[in-house]
Amino acid sequence: MTEIRLETRTLSRYFGALMAVQAIDFKLAAGARHALIGPNGAGKTTFINLLAGVLLPSRGRVLLKGHDITDKSQAERVKLGLARTFQINRLFRGLTVLENVCISVAERVGAASSMIYPLGRRTDVIEESMHLLGMLKLTADAGRRVSELPYGRQRLVEIAIAIGLKPQVLLLDEPAAGVPSAESHIILDAIERLPEQLAVLIIEHDMDVVFRFAKRVTVMVSGALFAEGTPREIEANPQVRAVYLGQAAHD
Amino acid sequence: MNGAGSAAVPAVTTSLIDHPSARVLIRRHRLRWWEGLPWIVATGFYFAFPDYLAFGTQLLVSILFALSLDLALGYAGIITLGHAAFFGTGAYAVGLLAFHGIWAEPITSLLIAAAAAAAVGFGSGLVLLRTKGLTLLMLTLCTMALLQEAANMAHDYTGGFDGLPSLDIAPVLGKFEFNPLYADTQYLYTLALLLVCFVFIRTVVYSPFGESLTGIRENMLRMQAVGSPVRRRLVICYTISAAIAGIAGGLWAQTNAYVNLSVLDLDRAATVLIILILGGYGRLYGAFVGAVAYMALEHFVARIYPTAWQLELGLLLVLVALFARNGILGLGEALCRRYRAEHAGS
Repeated sequence: MTEIRLETRTLSRYFGALMAVQAIDFKLAAGARHALIGPNGAGKTTFINLLAGVLLPSRGRVLLKGHDITDKSQAERVKLGLARTFQINRLFRGLTVLENVCISVAERVGAASSMIYPLGRRTDVIEESMHLLGMLKLTADAGRRVSELPYGRQRLVEIAIAIGLKPQVLLLDEPAAGVPSAESHIILDAIERLPEQLAVLIIEHDMDVVFRFAKRVTVMVSGALFAEGTPREIEANPQVRAVYLGQAAHD
Repeated sequence: MNGAGSAAVPAVTTSLIDHPSARVLIRRHRLRWWEGLPWIVATGFYFAFPDYLAFGTQLLVSILFALSLDLALGYAGIITLGHAAFFGTGAYAVGLLAFHGIWAEPITSLLIAAAAAAAVGFGSGLVLLRTKGLTLLMLTLCTMALLQEAANMAHDYTGGFDGLPSLDIAPVLGKFEFNPLYADTQYLYTLALLLVCFVFIRTVVYSPFGESLTGIRENMLRMQAVGSPVRRRLVICYTISAAIAGIAGGLWAQTNAYVNLSVLDLDRAATVLIILILGGYGRLYGAFVGAVAYMALEHFVARIYPTAWQLELGLLLVLVALFARNGILGLGEALCRRYRAEHAGS
Protein backbone atom coordinates (compact mmCIF):
# COMPACT_ATOMS: atom_id res chain seq x y z
CA MET A 1 0.00 0.00 0.00
CA THR A 2 1.69 3.21 -1.09
CA GLU A 3 1.22 6.39 0.87
CA ILE A 4 -1.53 8.70 -0.37
CA ARG A 5 0.08 12.12 -0.76
CA LEU A 6 -2.82 14.16 -2.07
CA GLU A 7 -6.52 13.54 -1.89
CA THR A 8 -9.67 15.47 -2.74
CA ARG A 9 -13.17 14.75 -1.42
CA THR A 10 -16.17 15.99 -3.44
CA LEU A 11 -14.07 19.00 -4.42
CA SER A 12 -16.26 21.52 -6.27
CA ARG A 13 -16.01 25.03 -7.54
CA TYR A 14 -18.81 27.05 -9.08
CA PHE A 15 -18.45 30.33 -10.95
CA GLY A 16 -22.00 31.62 -10.69
CA ALA A 17 -24.09 29.02 -12.48
CA LEU A 18 -21.04 27.46 -14.14
CA MET A 19 -19.90 24.27 -12.42
CA ALA A 20 -16.22 24.46 -13.28
CA VAL A 21 -15.28 21.55 -11.03
CA GLN A 22 -17.93 19.13 -9.79
CA ALA A 23 -17.56 16.82 -6.79
CA ILE A 24 -14.17 15.39 -7.68
CA ASP A 25 -12.80 12.52 -5.60
CA PHE A 26 -9.20 12.05 -6.49
CA LYS A 27 -6.12 10.39 -5.00
CA LEU A 28 -2.44 10.76 -5.78
CA ALA A 29 0.04 8.34 -4.22
CA ALA A 30 3.76 8.71 -3.62
CA GLY A 31 5.67 8.01 -6.81
CA ALA A 32 2.56 8.59 -8.94
CA ARG A 33 2.92 9.73 -12.55
CA HIS A 34 -0.62 10.76 -13.17
CA ALA A 35 -1.90 12.68 -16.18
CA LEU A 36 -5.05 14.78 -16.21
CA ILE A 37 -6.44 15.21 -19.68
CA GLY A 38 -9.63 16.58 -21.13
CA PRO A 39 -10.94 18.96 -23.77
CA ASN A 40 -10.48 22.72 -23.44
CA GLY A 41 -12.66 24.20 -20.73
CA ALA A 42 -12.98 20.88 -18.90
CA GLY A 43 -11.82 22.56 -15.65
CA LYS A 44 -8.32 21.10 -15.44
CA THR A 45 -6.57 24.35 -14.54
CA THR A 46 -9.36 25.26 -12.11
CA PHE A 47 -8.76 21.90 -10.44
CA ILE A 48 -5.01 22.61 -10.15
CA ASN A 49 -5.76 26.09 -8.76
CA LEU A 50 -8.01 24.52 -6.14
CA LEU A 51 -5.27 22.08 -5.17
CA ALA A 52 -2.63 24.82 -5.00
CA GLY A 53 -4.83 27.16 -2.97
CA VAL A 54 -5.08 29.93 -5.57
CA LEU A 55 -8.83 29.38 -5.59
CA LEU A 56 -10.97 28.34 -2.66
CA PRO A 57 -13.46 25.53 -3.28
CA SER A 58 -17.19 26.09 -3.14
CA ARG A 59 -17.48 22.67 -1.52
CA GLY A 60 -15.32 19.70 -0.61
CA ARG A 61 -11.92 19.19 1.01
CA VAL A 62 -8.29 18.89 -0.03
CA LEU A 63 -5.96 16.65 1.99
CA LEU A 64 -2.18 16.62 1.83
CA LYS A 65 -0.60 13.56 3.44
CA GLY A 66 -3.84 13.03 5.33
CA HIS A 67 -4.00 16.58 6.73
CA ASP A 68 -6.84 18.84 5.73
CA ILE A 69 -5.31 21.82 3.91
CA THR A 70 -8.55 23.24 2.48
CA ASP A 71 -8.25 26.41 4.58
CA LYS A 72 -4.50 26.83 4.15
CA SER A 73 -3.09 29.62 2.02
CA GLN A 74 -1.02 28.99 -1.06
CA ALA A 75 2.19 29.82 0.81
CA GLU A 76 1.30 27.46 3.67
CA ARG A 77 0.61 24.64 1.21
CA VAL A 78 4.02 25.18 -0.34
CA LYS A 79 5.63 24.86 3.09
CA LEU A 80 3.74 21.59 3.56
CA GLY A 81 5.17 20.20 0.34
CA LEU A 82 2.86 21.12 -2.52
CA ALA A 83 4.47 22.84 -5.51
CA ARG A 84 3.21 23.76 -8.94
CA THR A 85 4.28 25.13 -12.29
CA PHE A 86 2.28 27.40 -14.53
CA GLN A 87 0.78 26.94 -17.97
CA ILE A 88 2.13 30.36 -18.93
CA ASN A 89 5.66 31.05 -17.64
CA ARG A 90 5.79 32.94 -14.38
CA LEU A 91 9.47 33.61 -13.96
CA PHE A 92 11.65 36.35 -12.52
CA ARG A 93 12.42 37.52 -16.02
CA GLY A 94 14.98 40.19 -15.25
CA LEU A 95 17.08 37.89 -13.06
CA THR A 96 19.52 35.16 -14.01
CA VAL A 97 18.56 31.50 -14.19
CA LEU A 98 20.63 30.82 -11.08
CA GLU A 99 18.92 33.63 -9.17
CA ASN A 100 15.51 32.29 -10.18
CA VAL A 101 16.28 28.96 -8.58
CA CYS A 102 18.09 30.51 -5.60
CA ILE A 103 14.99 32.52 -4.72
CA SER A 104 13.00 29.32 -4.52
CA VAL A 105 15.64 27.37 -2.59
CA ALA A 106 16.29 30.28 -0.19
CA GLU A 107 12.57 30.46 0.51
CA ARG A 108 12.41 26.74 1.28
CA VAL A 109 15.39 26.63 3.63
CA GLY A 110 14.11 29.70 5.45
CA ALA A 111 17.00 31.97 4.47
CA ALA A 112 14.86 34.45 2.57
CA SER A 113 13.79 36.52 5.56
CA SER A 114 17.29 37.32 6.78
CA MET A 115 18.72 40.70 5.89
CA ILE A 116 21.97 40.94 7.82
CA TYR A 117 24.25 38.78 5.71
CA PRO A 118 24.66 38.68 1.92
CA LEU A 119 23.05 35.96 -0.19
CA GLY A 120 26.52 35.16 -1.50
CA ARG A 121 27.46 33.81 1.91
CA ARG A 122 24.74 31.15 1.68
CA THR A 123 26.86 28.89 -0.48
CA ASP A 124 24.61 26.00 0.54
CA VAL A 125 21.69 27.67 -1.25
CA ILE A 126 23.80 28.48 -4.30
CA GLU A 127 25.33 25.01 -4.41
CA GLU A 128 21.96 23.29 -4.22
CA SER A 129 20.64 25.58 -6.95
CA MET A 130 23.59 24.77 -9.19
CA HIS A 131 23.05 21.08 -8.52
CA LEU A 132 19.43 21.43 -9.56
CA LEU A 133 20.37 23.29 -12.72
CA GLY A 134 22.78 20.47 -13.48
CA MET A 135 19.97 17.94 -13.16
CA LEU A 136 17.90 19.91 -15.66
CA LYS A 137 20.90 20.50 -17.95
CA LEU A 138 20.69 24.25 -17.44
CA THR A 139 24.19 24.74 -16.02
CA ALA A 140 25.47 26.47 -19.16
CA ASP A 141 22.65 29.02 -18.88
CA ALA A 142 23.04 29.67 -15.14
CA GLY A 143 24.39 33.19 -15.59
CA ARG A 144 22.01 34.25 -18.35
CA ARG A 145 18.94 36.33 -17.83
CA VAL A 146 15.79 34.26 -18.09
CA SER A 147 14.30 36.68 -20.61
CA GLU A 148 17.21 35.95 -22.98
CA LEU A 149 16.57 32.18 -23.04
CA PRO A 150 14.65 30.35 -25.76
CA TYR A 151 11.13 29.46 -24.70
CA GLY A 152 11.80 25.76 -24.20
CA ARG A 153 14.62 26.48 -21.76
CA GLN A 154 12.41 28.97 -19.93
CA ARG A 155 9.94 26.13 -19.42
CA LEU A 156 12.76 24.18 -17.77
CA VAL A 157 13.40 27.07 -15.39
CA GLU A 158 9.70 26.99 -14.59
CA ILE A 159 10.14 23.36 -13.50
CA ALA A 160 13.46 24.08 -11.72
CA ILE A 161 11.83 26.71 -9.47
CA ALA A 162 9.17 24.20 -8.44
CA ILE A 163 11.71 21.42 -7.73
CA GLY A 164 13.79 23.86 -5.69
CA LEU A 165 10.95 23.69 -3.16
CA LYS A 166 11.61 19.93 -2.70
CA PRO A 167 7.92 19.16 -2.86
CA GLN A 168 6.12 15.95 -1.94
CA VAL A 169 3.54 16.63 -4.61
CA LEU A 170 4.25 18.42 -7.88
CA LEU A 171 1.53 19.80 -10.12
CA LEU A 172 2.70 20.41 -13.68
CA ASP A 173 0.30 22.56 -15.69
CA GLU A 174 1.02 21.82 -19.35
CA PRO A 175 4.81 21.84 -19.01
CA ALA A 176 5.36 21.58 -22.75
CA ALA A 177 2.77 24.21 -23.73
CA GLY A 178 4.05 26.55 -26.40
CA VAL A 179 7.33 24.71 -26.84
CA PRO A 180 8.20 23.92 -30.46
CA SER A 181 8.00 20.15 -31.03
CA ALA A 182 11.71 20.10 -31.93
CA GLU A 183 12.50 21.25 -28.38
CA SER A 184 9.79 19.43 -26.44
CA HIS A 185 12.02 16.45 -25.80
CA ILE A 186 14.14 18.49 -23.36
CA ILE A 187 11.03 19.01 -21.24
CA LEU A 188 10.14 15.33 -21.42
CA ASP A 189 13.65 14.29 -20.45
CA ALA A 190 13.50 16.63 -17.47
CA ILE A 191 10.16 15.27 -16.32
CA GLU A 192 11.40 11.72 -16.59
CA ARG A 193 14.33 12.54 -14.32
CA LEU A 194 12.14 13.83 -11.49
CA PRO A 195 12.77 12.16 -8.10
CA GLU A 196 11.12 8.75 -8.04
CA GLN A 197 9.14 9.15 -4.82
CA LEU A 198 7.67 12.49 -5.88
CA ALA A 199 3.94 12.37 -6.61
CA VAL A 200 3.40 14.10 -9.95
CA LEU A 201 0.14 15.27 -11.48
CA ILE A 202 0.53 16.58 -15.00
CA ILE A 203 -2.00 18.36 -17.16
CA GLU A 204 -1.17 17.82 -20.79
CA HIS A 205 -2.83 18.10 -24.18
CA ASP A 206 -0.13 16.35 -26.11
CA MET A 207 -1.05 12.65 -26.09
CA ASP A 208 2.49 11.60 -26.98
CA VAL A 209 3.71 13.23 -23.76
CA VAL A 210 0.89 11.63 -21.77
CA PHE A 211 1.53 8.14 -23.08
CA ARG A 212 5.25 8.37 -22.64
CA PHE A 213 5.17 9.78 -19.14
CA ALA A 214 1.99 8.71 -17.32
CA LYS A 215 1.27 5.46 -15.55
CA ARG A 216 -2.32 6.49 -14.93
CA VAL A 217 -4.59 8.86 -16.78
CA THR A 218 -7.70 10.67 -15.62
CA VAL A 219 -10.06 12.19 -18.14
CA MET A 220 -12.01 15.25 -17.11
CA VAL A 221 -15.01 16.52 -19.06
CA SER A 222 -17.23 19.48 -18.14
CA GLY A 223 -15.79 19.74 -14.64
CA ALA A 224 -16.34 16.10 -13.68
CA LEU A 225 -14.23 12.95 -13.74
CA PHE A 226 -15.11 11.04 -16.87
CA ALA A 227 -12.80 8.06 -16.87
CA GLU A 228 -9.65 6.80 -15.18
CA GLY A 229 -7.24 4.04 -16.10
CA THR A 230 -3.90 3.13 -17.52
CA PRO A 231 -2.92 4.92 -20.71
CA ARG A 232 -3.84 1.79 -22.72
CA GLU A 233 -7.27 1.53 -21.16
CA ILE A 234 -7.95 5.20 -21.79
CA GLU A 235 -6.76 4.95 -25.36
CA ALA A 236 -9.06 2.00 -25.95
CA ASN A 237 -12.07 3.58 -24.23
CA PRO A 238 -14.67 4.35 -26.93
CA GLN A 239 -16.37 7.07 -24.85
CA VAL A 240 -13.08 8.93 -24.36
CA ARG A 241 -12.40 8.65 -28.05
CA ALA A 242 -15.86 10.07 -28.71
CA VAL A 243 -15.20 13.06 -26.45
CA TYR A 244 -11.88 13.78 -28.11
CA LEU A 245 -13.13 13.06 -31.62
CA GLY A 246 -16.13 15.27 -30.93
CA GLN A 247 -13.75 17.96 -29.78
CA ALA A 248 -11.67 17.48 -32.92
CA ALA A 249 -14.79 17.75 -35.09
CA HIS A 250 -15.68 21.05 -33.41
CA ASP A 251 -12.22 22.44 -33.95
CA MET B 1 40.21 2.73 -6.00
CA ASN B 2 38.19 3.38 -2.91
CA GLY B 3 40.39 6.32 -1.93
CA ALA B 4 40.13 7.85 -5.37
CA GLY B 5 36.35 7.50 -5.28
CA SER B 6 35.93 9.30 -1.98
CA ALA B 7 38.33 12.02 -3.14
CA ALA B 8 36.23 12.60 -6.22
CA VAL B 9 33.12 13.47 -4.19
CA PRO B 10 34.31 16.77 -2.67
CA ALA B 11 35.86 17.65 -6.02
CA VAL B 12 32.38 17.49 -7.58
CA THR B 13 30.76 19.60 -4.88
CA THR B 14 33.37 22.35 -4.98
CA SER B 15 33.13 22.55 -8.74
CA LEU B 16 29.46 23.48 -8.40
CA ILE B 17 30.17 26.70 -6.55
CA ASP B 18 33.30 27.27 -8.62
CA HIS B 19 31.15 27.66 -11.72
CA PRO B 20 31.58 31.22 -13.03
CA SER B 21 27.86 32.02 -12.63
CA ALA B 22 27.93 30.81 -9.03
CA ARG B 23 31.08 32.85 -8.38
CA VAL B 24 29.33 35.97 -9.68
CA LEU B 25 26.50 35.47 -7.20
CA ILE B 26 28.84 34.61 -4.33
CA ARG B 27 30.97 37.72 -4.95
CA ARG B 28 28.17 40.08 -5.88
CA HIS B 29 28.07 41.86 -2.53
CA ARG B 30 31.82 42.48 -2.36
CA LEU B 31 33.01 46.05 -2.54
CA ARG B 32 34.24 47.13 -5.93
CA TRP B 33 36.98 49.69 -6.38
CA TRP B 34 34.69 52.44 -7.69
CA GLU B 35 32.36 52.21 -4.70
CA GLY B 36 34.72 54.43 -2.75
CA LEU B 37 34.40 57.22 -5.32
CA PRO B 38 31.22 58.91 -4.03
CA TRP B 39 32.73 59.19 -0.56
CA ILE B 40 36.06 60.47 -1.86
CA VAL B 41 34.23 63.03 -4.00
CA ALA B 42 32.03 64.04 -1.05
CA THR B 43 35.08 64.48 1.20
CA GLY B 44 36.91 66.34 -1.57
CA PHE B 45 33.90 68.64 -1.96
CA TYR B 46 34.21 69.57 1.69
CA PHE B 47 37.73 70.89 1.19
CA ALA B 48 37.34 72.26 -2.33
CA PHE B 49 34.07 74.16 -2.00
CA PRO B 50 33.76 75.51 1.55
CA ASP B 51 31.31 78.13 0.29
CA TYR B 52 28.98 75.53 -1.16
CA LEU B 53 28.62 73.31 1.90
CA ALA B 54 25.02 74.32 2.57
CA PHE B 55 24.20 73.29 -0.97
CA GLY B 56 26.22 70.11 -0.50
CA THR B 57 24.28 69.27 2.64
CA GLN B 58 20.97 69.54 0.80
CA LEU B 59 22.42 67.35 -1.93
CA LEU B 60 23.35 64.67 0.62
CA VAL B 61 19.84 64.82 2.10
CA SER B 62 18.37 64.35 -1.38
CA ILE B 63 20.62 61.34 -1.96
CA LEU B 64 19.47 59.75 1.28
CA PHE B 65 15.82 60.39 0.44
CA ALA B 66 16.28 58.92 -3.04
CA LEU B 67 18.05 55.88 -1.55
CA SER B 68 15.08 55.21 0.70
CA LEU B 69 12.79 55.38 -2.32
CA ASP B 70 15.08 53.06 -4.26
CA LEU B 71 14.64 50.34 -1.65
CA ALA B 72 10.84 50.45 -1.97
CA LEU B 73 10.44 51.33 -5.65
CA GLY B 74 13.61 50.12 -7.30
CA TYR B 75 14.05 46.85 -5.41
CA ALA B 76 10.60 45.79 -4.20
CA GLY B 77 8.69 47.45 -7.06
CA ILE B 78 6.33 49.33 -4.73
CA ILE B 79 4.91 52.03 -6.99
CA THR B 80 4.63 55.14 -4.85
CA LEU B 81 4.11 58.83 -5.44
CA GLY B 82 3.76 59.63 -1.76
CA HIS B 83 7.20 59.04 -0.32
CA ALA B 84 7.31 62.60 1.04
CA ALA B 85 4.79 61.37 3.63
CA PHE B 86 7.70 59.77 5.49
CA PHE B 87 10.14 62.58 4.75
CA GLY B 88 7.58 64.99 6.17
CA THR B 89 6.82 62.83 9.20
CA GLY B 90 10.51 62.73 10.05
CA ALA B 91 10.89 66.47 9.51
CA TYR B 92 7.88 67.32 11.67
CA ALA B 93 9.00 64.88 14.39
CA VAL B 94 12.32 66.73 14.67
CA GLY B 95 10.64 70.11 14.23
CA LEU B 96 7.92 69.63 16.83
CA LEU B 97 10.31 68.27 19.44
CA ALA B 98 12.81 71.10 18.93
CA PHE B 99 10.30 73.93 18.55
CA HIS B 100 8.37 73.04 21.68
CA GLY B 101 11.59 72.60 23.60
CA ILE B 102 11.01 68.91 24.32
CA TRP B 103 14.09 67.36 22.75
CA ALA B 104 16.85 68.97 20.70
CA GLU B 105 19.72 66.49 20.73
CA PRO B 106 20.26 65.88 17.01
CA ILE B 107 21.14 62.17 16.78
CA THR B 108 18.45 60.86 19.11
CA SER B 109 16.01 63.26 17.42
CA LEU B 110 16.77 61.51 14.16
CA LEU B 111 16.11 58.14 15.75
CA ILE B 112 12.74 59.44 16.91
CA ALA B 113 12.10 60.78 13.40
CA ALA B 114 12.93 57.35 11.98
CA ALA B 115 10.61 55.64 14.45
CA ALA B 116 7.75 58.02 13.71
CA ALA B 117 8.14 57.61 9.95
CA ALA B 118 8.46 53.83 10.34
CA ALA B 119 5.22 53.77 12.34
CA VAL B 120 3.43 55.69 9.57
CA GLY B 121 5.00 53.42 6.95
CA PHE B 122 4.02 50.28 8.83
CA GLY B 123 0.44 51.42 9.45
CA SER B 124 -0.22 52.68 5.95
CA GLY B 125 1.71 49.77 4.43
CA LEU B 126 -0.52 47.21 6.13
CA VAL B 127 -3.50 48.68 4.29
CA LEU B 128 -1.96 50.06 1.09
CA LEU B 129 0.21 47.12 0.14
CA ARG B 130 -2.84 44.97 -0.45
CA THR B 131 -3.16 46.93 -3.68
CA LYS B 132 -0.78 47.46 -6.56
CA GLY B 133 -0.26 49.49 -9.70
CA LEU B 134 -2.30 52.64 -10.17
CA THR B 135 -4.46 52.00 -7.09
CA LEU B 136 -1.35 51.86 -4.95
CA LEU B 137 0.01 55.00 -6.62
CA MET B 138 -3.17 56.91 -5.84
CA LEU B 139 -3.38 55.63 -2.27
CA THR B 140 0.21 56.62 -1.47
CA LEU B 141 -0.55 60.04 -2.92
CA CYS B 142 -3.69 60.30 -0.78
CA THR B 143 -1.88 59.27 2.41
CA MET B 144 0.64 62.02 1.84
CA ALA B 145 -2.10 64.57 1.11
CA LEU B 146 -3.94 63.55 4.27
CA LEU B 147 -0.82 64.01 6.37
CA GLN B 148 -0.17 67.40 4.81
CA GLU B 149 -3.71 68.52 5.53
CA ALA B 150 -3.43 67.18 9.08
CA ALA B 151 -0.22 69.21 9.54
CA ASN B 152 -2.02 72.23 8.16
CA MET B 153 -5.02 71.83 10.45
CA ALA B 154 -3.02 71.15 13.61
CA HIS B 155 -2.04 74.81 13.43
CA ASP B 156 -1.53 75.19 17.16
CA TYR B 157 1.27 72.67 17.19
CA THR B 158 2.70 72.74 13.68
CA GLY B 159 2.31 76.40 12.84
CA GLY B 160 0.09 75.39 9.94
CA PHE B 161 0.98 77.10 6.69
CA ASP B 162 3.74 79.17 8.30
CA GLY B 163 5.49 76.14 9.71
CA LEU B 164 7.92 76.05 12.60
CA PRO B 165 10.69 78.65 12.21
CA SER B 166 14.08 78.96 13.92
CA LEU B 167 14.48 75.50 15.36
CA ASP B 168 17.07 75.34 18.06
CA ILE B 169 19.12 72.18 17.60
CA ALA B 170 21.58 71.19 20.30
CA PRO B 171 25.26 70.73 19.38
CA VAL B 172 26.22 67.38 17.80
CA LEU B 173 27.66 65.03 20.43
CA GLY B 174 27.38 67.97 22.77
CA LYS B 175 30.45 69.62 21.17
CA PHE B 176 29.90 70.83 17.63
CA GLU B 177 27.72 73.88 17.31
CA PHE B 178 24.78 73.07 15.06
CA ASN B 179 22.97 75.70 13.06
CA PRO B 180 22.97 76.93 9.46
CA LEU B 181 25.84 79.26 10.26
CA TYR B 182 28.07 76.22 10.79
CA ALA B 183 27.74 74.66 7.39
CA ASP B 184 30.83 72.50 7.82
CA THR B 185 29.45 70.74 10.91
CA GLN B 186 26.16 70.15 9.13
CA TYR B 187 27.85 68.81 6.03
CA LEU B 188 30.04 66.30 7.87
CA TYR B 189 27.20 65.27 10.16
CA THR B 190 24.90 64.64 7.19
CA LEU B 191 27.64 62.81 5.28
CA ALA B 192 28.28 60.53 8.25
CA LEU B 193 24.60 59.68 8.58
CA LEU B 194 24.30 59.09 4.84
CA LEU B 195 27.21 56.66 5.07
CA VAL B 196 25.63 54.76 7.97
CA CYS B 197 22.24 54.52 6.21
CA PHE B 198 23.88 53.56 2.93
CA VAL B 199 25.83 50.70 4.52
CA PHE B 200 22.58 49.46 6.04
CA ILE B 201 20.63 49.68 2.76
CA ARG B 202 23.45 48.03 0.84
CA THR B 203 23.49 45.15 3.33
CA VAL B 204 19.72 44.69 3.02
CA VAL B 205 19.78 44.83 -0.76
CA TYR B 206 22.38 42.06 -1.14
CA SER B 207 20.85 39.85 1.56
CA PRO B 208 18.52 36.91 0.86
CA PHE B 209 15.71 39.24 1.97
CA GLY B 210 16.77 41.77 -0.68
CA GLU B 211 16.85 39.05 -3.30
CA SER B 212 13.31 38.06 -2.34
CA LEU B 213 12.27 41.71 -2.77
CA THR B 214 13.59 41.66 -6.34
CA GLY B 215 11.67 38.42 -6.81
CA ILE B 216 8.49 40.19 -5.69
CA ARG B 217 9.23 43.04 -8.10
CA GLU B 218 9.82 40.66 -10.98
CA ASN B 219 6.85 38.36 -10.38
CA MET B 220 4.67 38.67 -7.32
CA LEU B 221 2.44 35.71 -8.22
CA ARG B 222 5.39 33.39 -8.56
CA MET B 223 6.75 34.53 -5.21
CA GLN B 224 3.46 33.46 -3.65
CA ALA B 225 3.77 30.14 -5.45
CA VAL B 226 7.20 29.49 -3.91
CA GLY B 227 5.68 30.02 -0.48
CA SER B 228 6.96 33.53 0.18
CA PRO B 229 5.00 35.68 2.64
CA VAL B 230 4.83 38.44 0.05
CA ARG B 231 2.78 41.00 1.91
CA ARG B 232 4.82 40.67 5.09
CA ARG B 233 8.03 41.19 3.10
CA LEU B 234 6.58 44.25 1.38
CA VAL B 235 5.41 45.79 4.65
CA ILE B 236 8.84 45.22 6.23
CA CYS B 237 10.55 46.78 3.22
CA TYR B 238 8.14 49.72 3.17
CA THR B 239 8.69 50.30 6.90
CA ILE B 240 12.48 50.30 6.53
CA SER B 241 12.23 52.61 3.55
CA ALA B 242 9.92 54.93 5.49
CA ALA B 243 12.32 55.02 8.45
CA ILE B 244 15.20 56.08 6.21
CA ALA B 245 13.04 58.67 4.46
CA GLY B 246 12.18 59.90 7.96
CA ILE B 247 15.87 60.30 8.77
CA ALA B 248 16.30 62.27 5.54
CA GLY B 249 13.38 64.48 6.51
CA GLY B 250 14.73 64.92 10.01
CA LEU B 251 18.10 65.95 8.60
CA TRP B 252 16.38 68.42 6.32
CA ALA B 253 14.61 70.00 9.29
CA GLN B 254 17.78 70.10 11.38
CA THR B 255 19.99 71.57 8.70
CA ASN B 256 17.47 74.16 7.55
CA ALA B 257 16.38 74.90 11.13
CA TYR B 258 12.74 75.10 10.09
CA VAL B 259 9.86 72.91 8.95
CA ASN B 260 6.91 73.84 6.81
CA LEU B 261 4.25 72.11 4.76
CA SER B 262 6.60 71.78 1.77
CA VAL B 263 8.14 68.69 3.40
CA LEU B 264 4.88 66.84 2.74
CA ASP B 265 4.35 68.26 -0.73
CA LEU B 266 3.61 66.36 -3.90
CA ASP B 267 6.37 68.46 -5.44
CA ARG B 268 8.90 66.86 -3.09
CA ALA B 269 7.61 63.34 -3.73
CA ALA B 270 7.74 63.94 -7.50
CA THR B 271 11.24 65.42 -7.32
CA VAL B 272 12.69 62.42 -5.51
CA LEU B 273 11.04 60.13 -8.04
CA ILE B 274 12.57 62.16 -10.89
CA ILE B 275 15.99 62.00 -9.19
CA LEU B 276 15.77 58.23 -8.90
CA ILE B 277 14.58 57.67 -12.45
CA LEU B 278 17.19 60.11 -13.77
CA GLY B 279 20.00 58.28 -12.00
CA GLY B 280 18.61 54.77 -12.47
CA TYR B 281 16.45 52.87 -10.02
CA GLY B 282 17.13 49.49 -8.48
CA ARG B 283 20.92 49.98 -8.54
CA LEU B 284 21.86 51.80 -5.30
CA TYR B 285 24.13 54.38 -6.92
CA GLY B 286 21.35 55.74 -9.11
CA ALA B 287 20.31 57.86 -6.13
CA PHE B 288 23.78 59.46 -6.02
CA VAL B 289 24.05 60.11 -9.74
CA GLY B 290 20.47 61.28 -10.05
CA ALA B 291 20.64 63.65 -7.11
CA VAL B 292 23.91 65.19 -8.31
CA ALA B 293 22.57 65.57 -11.86
CA TYR B 294 19.27 67.05 -10.72
CA MET B 295 20.60 69.41 -8.09
CA ALA B 296 23.51 70.57 -10.25
CA LEU B 297 21.06 71.26 -13.04
CA GLU B 298 18.72 73.09 -10.73
CA HIS B 299 21.51 75.09 -9.18
CA PHE B 300 23.59 76.08 -12.16
CA VAL B 301 21.14 76.13 -15.03
CA ALA B 302 18.73 78.14 -12.91
CA ARG B 303 21.44 80.80 -12.64
CA ILE B 304 21.92 81.04 -16.35
CA TYR B 305 18.26 80.79 -17.35
CA PRO B 306 16.35 81.68 -14.20
CA THR B 307 13.00 81.38 -15.96
CA ALA B 308 13.54 78.33 -18.10
CA TRP B 309 15.49 75.80 -16.06
CA GLN B 310 12.50 73.55 -15.62
CA LEU B 311 12.21 73.42 -19.40
CA GLU B 312 15.75 72.06 -19.57
CA LEU B 313 14.94 69.55 -16.85
CA GLY B 314 11.87 68.49 -18.79
CA LEU B 315 13.93 68.00 -21.94
CA LEU B 316 16.47 65.92 -20.02
CA LEU B 317 13.71 63.74 -18.63
CA VAL B 318 12.24 63.19 -22.08
CA LEU B 319 15.68 62.15 -23.32
CA VAL B 320 16.12 59.75 -20.40
CA ALA B 321 12.66 58.28 -20.96
CA LEU B 322 13.34 57.82 -24.67
CA PHE B 323 16.94 56.66 -24.76
CA ALA B 324 17.96 55.60 -21.28
CA ARG B 325 15.14 53.74 -19.60
CA ASN B 326 17.46 52.69 -16.81
CA GLY B 327 18.67 56.20 -16.14
CA ILE B 328 22.15 57.65 -16.41
CA LEU B 329 23.71 54.65 -14.65
CA GLY B 330 21.85 52.23 -16.91
CA LEU B 331 23.17 54.10 -19.92
CA GLY B 332 26.69 53.89 -18.51
CA GLU B 333 26.34 50.14 -17.93
CA ALA B 334 25.09 49.62 -21.48
CA LEU B 335 28.04 51.58 -22.90
CA CYS B 336 30.47 49.59 -20.76
CA ARG B 337 28.98 46.33 -21.97
CA ARG B 338 29.21 47.42 -25.60
CA TYR B 339 32.81 48.53 -25.11
CA ARG B 340 33.72 45.18 -23.55
CA ALA B 341 31.88 43.20 -26.22
CA GLU B 342 33.74 45.07 -28.96
CA HIS B 343 37.08 44.49 -27.32
CA ALA B 344 36.30 40.84 -26.69
CA GLY B 345 35.40 40.53 -30.38
CA SER B 346 38.60 42.07 -31.73
